[in-house]
Amino acid sequence: MDFEPIYLSLKLALITTAILLLIGIPVAYWLSGKSTMAKIILEAFITMPLVLPPSVLGFYLLLAFSPNNGFGKWLYEHLNLHLVFSFQGLVFASVIYSLPFMISPVKSAFGHLPETLAQASYTMGKSKWQTFIYVLLPNIKASIYTAAVLTFAHTLGEFGVVLMIGGNIPGVTKVASIAIYDAVETMDYEAANQYALILFAITFAIVLAVFIFNKKAVKNPFE
Amino acid sequence: MIEVDINKRIKTYKGWEDLRVKAQFDIGKVTQITGPSGAGKTTLLKMIAGLITPEKGMIKFKDTLWFDAERKFSKRIQERNVGFVFQDYALFPNMTVEKQLAYGTSDQAYIGQLLELGEMEVFRQHLPAQLSGGQQQRLAILRALSTKPDLLMMDESFSALDKELKSKLLAKLQALFLVQGTTVLLVTHDDEILDPSPAVFKMEA
Repeated sequence: MDFEPIYLSLKLALITTAILLLIGIPVAYWLSGKSTMAKIILEAFITMPLVLPPSVLGFYLLLAFSPNNGFGKWLYEHLNLHLVFSFQGLVFASVIYSLPFMISPVKSAFGHLPETLAQASYTMGKSKWQTFIYVLLPNIKASIYTAAVLTFAHTLGEFGVVLMIGGNIPGVTKVASIAIYDAVETMDYEAANQYALILFAITFAIVLAVFIFNKKAVKNPFE
Repeated sequence: MIEVDINKRIKTYKGWEDLRVKAQFDIGKVTQITGPSGAGKTTLLKMIAGLITPEKGMIKFKDTLWFDAERKFSKRIQERNVGFVFQDYALFPNMTVEKQLAYGTSDQAYIGQLLELGEMEVFRQHLPAQLSGGQQQRLAILRALSTKPDLLMMDESFSALDKELKSKLLAKLQALFLVQGTTVLLVTHDDEILDPSPAVFKMEA
């Protein structure tokens, strides 16, 4: 059995989660503040991947990344970035696709912190940044773990977006979910079963870990 | 003298109302602020601290301007050197008793002194969730004192303490206020009696 697709899936999920932690936490914090029309619209956009068929997102990303069109052409000419049928393209698409899994839980956790926590820190002479690092972040740690793990698991399970913009290039864009599809297409059910079983086991272990980690919390970690 | 002359639209259970406060408080003294619930006691404290912005008016502490709506000036909260004991305590769930105090001061001796004052020495390593209501309330008071504020604001800060503990703590606090020259604004229920009785500012609903 070829383990490369599994390795690629894990690599993609890890990189996507790392990038989303960096982008997602500040954006979630900003969104958790006073609600404005701009924030509501942005949040609606961020939530779209939850409800859109992945093929829709994949299709538009394909158009956007294509070196024949404006944005893709600019990326290619100025940054030498080729996002269609490349691993970088998969990372970019995965980040967009998994945005709501990182941002929603973290935003909700920030929103549930009593506002007096930050106020107490300000009256003690601490800046917004110090308050964020020493008071706010540590108190939503559990939500950040959950969000990171769910983002990771969700990226592992990606199929439609990957197929649309990455295709099926061995060692580059052929992740585990694509490998299953490919194996079934060529009637290689044994290989398909192996990939499927491994994906199932990894994902189940992750979700189980989240539930065990959150067992003290009353609510379901997906809420 | 603290001079307050402010105007703020606040939302009460009766709908939107205008909160107007014109008052002067003595420096280095304790002033008790009373009034029925909904009179805007907490809002007044938060406006003086800089946590809520009034629509009109000005706030002056000694000779320093803290707020002036006309000039659109508001001194940063962090630079007002106030201490605030919140009604919900606002303790940081991630920090032990000792760490909450260390967040405000690096002076270990002073931390020890505060812990002794609040009879909290044995709880140094406890998290807020492991403390009783009365212990949490004492910690909130000690933490507000950790920065040695010029002005300490206490919002119903003795409600969870029994009578004996309260009078003992009050006596020790008053001795500390005297040493540090702290000005104190203390919000209480209408019927709460403090000993010795301080100046009282009564707010109407």
